[in-house]
Amino acid sequence: MASNEEILAGLAEIVNEETGLATEAVELDKSFTEDLDIDSISMMTIVVNAEEKFGVRIPDEEVKNLKTVGDAVSFISNAQA
Amino acid sequence: MTRKVVITGLGATTPIGGDVPTMWTNALKGVSGARTLEDDWVAKFELPVHFAARASTPALDVLARVEAKRMDPSTQFGVIAAREAWGDSGITEVDHDRLAVAFATGIGGVWTLLDAWDTLREKGPRRVLPMTVPMLMPNGVAAAVSLDLGARAGAHTPVSACASGTEALHLGLELIRSGKADVVVCGGAEAAIHPMPIAAFSSMQALSRRNENPQGASRPYDRDRDGFVMGEGAGAIVLEAEEHALARGARIYAELAGTSVTADAYHITAPDPEGLGATRALKAAMFDGRVQAEDVVHVNAHATSTPVGDKPEYTALKAALGSHLENVAVSATKSQMGHLLGASGAVEAVLTVLAVYERKAPVTINLENQDPEIPLDVVTSARDLPSGNIVALSNSFGFGGHNAVIAVRSV
Repeated sequence: MASNEEILAGLAEIVNEETGLATEAVELDKSFTEDLDIDSISMMTIVVNAEEKFGVRIPDEEVKNLKTVGDAVSFISNAQA
Repeated sequence: MTRKVVITGLGATTPIGGDVPTMWTNALKGVSGARTLEDDWVAKFELPVHFAARASTPALDVLARVEAKRMDPSTQFGVIAAREAWGDSGITEVDHDRLAVAFATGIGGVWTLLDAWDTLREKGPRRVLPMTVPMLMPNGVAAAVSLDLGARAGAHTPVSACASGTEALHLGLELIRSGKADVVVCGGAEAAIHPMPIAAFSSMQALSRRNENPQGASRPYDRDRDGFVMGEGAGAIVLEAEEHALARGARIYAELAGTSVTADAYHITAPDPEGLGATRALKAAMFDGRVQAEDVVHVNAHATSTPVGDKPEYTALKAALGSHLENVAVSATKSQMGHLLGASGAVEAVLTVLAVYERKAPVTINLENQDPEIPLDVVTSARDLPSGNIVALSNSFGFGGHNAVIAVRSV
């Protein structure tokens, strides 16, 4: 079980690996598309890498609801519970 | 009046140099880019061939990690060469609707395709990367170059095996002559040093098995040649309508005077032993460029170092150039860098342009006992080419019976 801080840090590493964005730029209130300029293909790669890292399943139909980094952190946290 | 087309930019990343100046210096010196492969898959799959000619500068040393992640290795090489050629052309402003791309590959994204297949089998469909399709498609390299430069007059990918790179120049010339573009970034890229293509080329007996001496393995025209050496990399050339180049005061390397493409319709892989298709291609390129046999001073030959391939090219050159052939300096640069498959024609075109511009013919290495049935004047140490109006030819032939020739004239 990871804390929300640990999930955020892990997610930031995944986003950095995929897009080159600095990990500090990945904050809870940031929108993946509007603020971080992440396209749908990168988003799917991030989702799959997050699934592996956190041992959760993020269904395809759920991905569109993950608008902000905080949404993703919450989803992963709940899925781990 | 046919539009005249000139060459204003050159780029390359090859086994004997990661950029054009390094490649050219080595091509005149005569070095081998072939090395024993250190990869564990050579032993794992018990490959009969243990060596290849890798690009001397890894693509990941040049490209940013994030942009490289979205490209197959072949596309990475193509983008590196295209950027060098574009920078070399000095073009700062261009009508992007009149800028086209003709960038070839022989095989395309073979690493991406086979990695994705491994991932599917080992980890399941969820782990197959969403970028897999755009990375494996053969037009991926042309698309990436188009995206990189903002080329909107079409992004084309001629695919004709080992003739592909030369066919890209043929297409580029046609695009400018027909008025569809003013500037075309042409080239070819390949990255197929992967166990599957090595196994496949081996099983058709096309690769040299001189495992004990990789640097001596590619030996075009030598009596003891036993196959080609797999290479990788890319070459790129900026073609420009002459009036467009003159208007911006560009440095012009040479004129792309004529090109041609023919097909053997003889056998799917074996060359026509009489070289009839190659002869027609040579004659057609010369006709297209208004080239007389006496104008030709240099040929960058296809010459892969296979037992069956090198001789029909000689037969074709003899038929096209007649007795003048004895005055022509022939270079077989695959002796140095191996066979870059779909990129070979583009890289050899860069060398041919430099030969005309610098008036020097690059070196053929490993020619110890010249095949008596191929009495060409082979350049074995860098040689000056004559002053005045000169023409050089570059040939490429591909599985499928594809023949492509370009004629490059001094300006």
